Amino acid sequence: MADTATLDMAPAATATRIETGPRGAKPRKTFSRRNIFLYGTLIVVAVYYLLPLYVMVVTSLKGMPEIRLGNIFSPPVEITFEPWVKAWSQACTGLNCDGLSRGFWNSVRITVPSVILSIALASINGYALANWRFKGADLFFTILIVGAFIPYQVMIYPIVILLREIGLYGSLWGLVIVHSIFGMPILTLLFRNYFTSVPEELFKAARVDGAGFWGIYFRIMLPMSLPIFVVAIILQVTGIWNDFLFGVVYTRPDTYPMTVQLNNIVNSVQGVKEYNVNMAATILTGLVPLIVYFASGKLFVRGIAAGAVKG
Amino acid sequence: MRYCLTTAALAAGVAFMTAAAASATDLEVTHWWTSGGEAAAVGELAKAFDATGNHWVDGAIAGSGGTARPIMISRITGGDPMGATQFNHGRQAEELVQAGLMRDLTDIATKEKWTEIVRPKSLLDSCTIDGKIYCVPVNIHSWQWLWLSNEAFEKAGVAVPKDWNEFVAAAPALEKAGIVPLAVGGQPWQASGAFDVLLAAVGGKDTFLKVYQDKDAAFAAGPEIGKVFKAADDARKMSKGTNVQDWNQATNMVITGKAGGQIMGDWAQGEFQVAGKVAGKDYSCLPGLGLNPMIATGGDAFYFPLLKDEAKSKAQEALATTLLDPKTQVAFNLKKGSLPVRGDVDLNAANDCMKKGLDILAKGNVMPWTDQLMSQDTQKQKEDLFSEFFSNQGLTVEDAQKRFADIVSSAD
Amino acid sequence: MSETYPKRPSQLFRNLSAKIASVPMILTAVVVFAGGTAWTVLYSFTNSKLLPRFSFVGLDQYYRLWAAPRWGVAVENLAIYGVLSLIFSLAIGFLLAALLDQKIRFEDTFRTIFLYPFALSFIVTGLVWQWLLNPDFGVQAVVRGLGWESFTFNPLYDASIVIYGILIAALWQGTGLVMCLMLAGLRGIDEDIWKAARVDGIPMWKTYLFIVIPMMRPVFITTIVIIASGIIKVYDLVVAQTSGGPGIASEVPAKYVYDYMFFAQNLGQGFAASTMMLLSVIIVVVPWAYLEFGRARRG
Repeated sequence: MADTATLDMAPAATATRIETGPRGAKPRKTFSRRNIFLYGTLIVVAVYYLLPLYVMVVTSLKGMPEIRLGNIFSPPVEITFEPWVKAWSQACTGLNCDGLSRGFWNSVRITVPSVILSIALASINGYALANWRFKGADLFFTILIVGAFIPYQVMIYPIVILLREIGLYGSLWGLVIVHSIFGMPILTLLFRNYFTSVPEELFKAARVDGAGFWGIYFRIMLPMSLPIFVVAIILQVTGIWNDFLFGVVYTRPDTYPMTVQLNNIVNSVQGVKEYNVNMAATILTGLVPLIVYFASGKLFVRGIAAGAVKG
Repeated sequence: MRYCLTTAALAAGVAFMTAAAASATDLEVTHWWTSGGEAAAVGELAKAFDATGNHWVDGAIAGSGGTARPIMISRITGGDPMGATQFNHGRQAEELVQAGLMRDLTDIATKEKWTEIVRPKSLLDSCTIDGKIYCVPVNIHSWQWLWLSNEAFEKAGVAVPKDWNEFVAAAPALEKAGIVPLAVGGQPWQASGAFDVLLAAVGGKDTFLKVYQDKDAAFAAGPEIGKVFKAADDARKMSKGTNVQDWNQATNMVITGKAGGQIMGDWAQGEFQVAGKVAGKDYSCLPGLGLNPMIATGGDAFYFPLLKDEAKSKAQEALATTLLDPKTQVAFNLKKGSLPVRGDVDLNAANDCMKKGLDILAKGNVMPWTDQLMSQDTQKQKEDLFSEFFSNQGLTVEDAQKRFADIVSSAD
Repeated sequence: MSETYPKRPSQLFRNLSAKIASVPMILTAVVVFAGGTAWTVLYSFTNSKLLPRFSFVGLDQYYRLWAAPRWGVAVENLAIYGVLSLIFSLAIGFLLAALLDQKIRFEDTFRTIFLYPFALSFIVTGLVWQWLLNPDFGVQAVVRGLGWESFTFNPLYDASIVIYGILIAALWQGTGLVMCLMLAGLRGIDEDIWKAARVDGIPMWKTYLFIVIPMMRPVFITTIVIIASGIIKVYDLVVAQTSGGPGIASEVPAKYVYDYMFFAQNLGQGFAASTMMLLSVIIVVVPWAYLEFGRARRG
């Protein structure tokens, strides 16, 4: 493997490298052809990426008559927050006319324990796989990786049976377990890669001092793995918050997550599609992961660097 | 704030609750009625049920039966059943009943003499498995309607057609006026439903039954059905440019005069009503496409999973009774645009189109529909075929008919 | 890396804590993934309808599957979508990362812009792009409104190109993450290598192509695992954007599985389809995964 470059690199070291910033050729004067090309390309691409968000925001601030007339890119003539209010607290599904609000806390109640449990499990798996290899570990890990490729739909039925047998069907904890199971492959891969790159000397020294499995995990590995935990948290918060399928199949209406309400709002067409309400609802639902992303920007790349670079 | 019903429903519920016994039981009811007209109709059911001193907990799942049914079935087989759930009666819940997961309603049915009040009788037959009754039909939905926008025809300068053939003849004029002659939404069941309607209208009842009940593949490959495919070919040409997915968006095209017509079940009427349109003035309807006025006795029914909780089981009984109550039947069906399942109710408030339907029903011109005749599996294969047929002009009439005959030959 | 652990005789009790700690993983791997898969494969030979039941019909479900035009379309779509999505994600992701790695200003801003779509679910992505690509008021209508009357860009309602409409949305959502992974990989390349390449007068594109990319193999592997597992599972996006339409033109295998299991209430058929999906995954992934994570683990 290509460890020539990465063999000696501890995550901590990687982190500092990233702090020192990009490599590549040195920048030259501001308006060189190279810079025009560079920034030109980046700006064009950035516009492409921002366009859908722009359309969503703009649309959510327009009234329906304006949407029907105007083009989707034009800014609102008359800004209205009506659609936002409606999406949050008034939009109807069947008889329930309280919009997204009732799903929000459910989503929080599902996401928090799921994120914690799945990350705890995956980090221990990764640690065991990287530092305490035992016979058969590779086999289990291979199965796990293959599991990452199994379409979720295929597993719905076996899992219904499994949860029924252990008596957790329809409960919040059943859903938490399902999320932990399906988050496991990729997260374990990331954690395993990360822990593999921790300098061996550290590990050996701790062994000599008599530290055991848990001792090393809590006293040495955990403190130095903030970046990879950030990555894991971001991936899981996004994945679990955005999940619709498991949320709707494995819970009951009083614990439906926000995405189910979103689906209901978007798919309950009452006469005309209220695009502005749909867009506002969409943004509201995506807000939590978006905030997590914007807030953690740099840490994410840093953590990814640590978890993905080593193989 | 969780299960905020309409204020009216809440008020009514509170008013009756004081009168009724204090033991209000929450009963969760799942269904997929979420469009404007549908939601209003469900509101009537909830109001009536709350009036019995119980509490209707609404579990609506949007996105048509296809999205909702897997969730309902998972819940029932997973051991976490709801109090009651909507299905299209017929064969959708067959296996759940056979697995002993659903409640036998025969006792209540005998006590309340369902066999005498439910009409046509075939409705209750669809709820009956091995001599026991497992569901409560709540309405009769028939697919065989052509809804026409009077405004669109006026704009095109042609008279509102009286039957399918006139409609096809009027299509070029509509197109010239920039109107899509026939709106067919992108969801697969719409295309397949439209074909079934053509089969029943152009071919007639016997042809329909020969194909779907007797599953006669040779007949399905024959010239009689060839004629139906010819009509379907006209339909798909007329539907070009629809560009919407949902059925009610397609209906909305008719409501706003952007499309000339739509082949859709009577539930479309609810949408016209919500939009404030008047039957006969703003829109016209042709049952059986004006060729073969028939009413199919498909529809919706409520099934009751077997529950351990005694209070909830009691509430189930109350709901079953409520659903067939004459007052509930009228209120619900007026909003939904469907026909009531009992003949002894007063429907003076019905509009022109509903009256046409009631007339046909009174004459006994009824026939079973696909939900009752074929498994979901066969229906899905049909959907795949017809959604491809309607969107892909490259699929020839002959090839499509051949594939149709194949499906019929393996149908169950 | 070399031996990390001391050798001790007792095999079973060696690493006991590690084994205990791995119980959840082992259970997940064996009971859920392996067990669930075996269960699925087993029932694919039955004619289970709404509920699973043992009544074997041999390969009937498979004959029917491969005779179904819709399955053919779905497989073809997945192939097109998969290949293009893999190539474009990697290429665009790498290019963006390389551009961001040029000591540019506002790197954080650009990076955030490229990455944010990943925070949105496929359902949301599908809805937004369904709207942008809607011929009546999306891009097509806007361009026509500007005076170019004959402009036609209608991927979602044109059966022959609909899969590309889905691809556009998928790339929008997913390339940001790929870029991040690539950027991380680039940052892991030693400055000395760049220096050496410059001293030798090797042009920049050559340095990237022949030196940097081979060194980033592990990043590429992680990235490919993430992209590929997403490709085979693609479902929500299609449902939200086109529901498989027009007609059956944008069907994908995962949707076939779901539709036949739950809409058609024919579990046997759905299981047969998912077994075919699993089989293709296993053929590609297992030998590779074993080599990658098993034997060659210590590089």
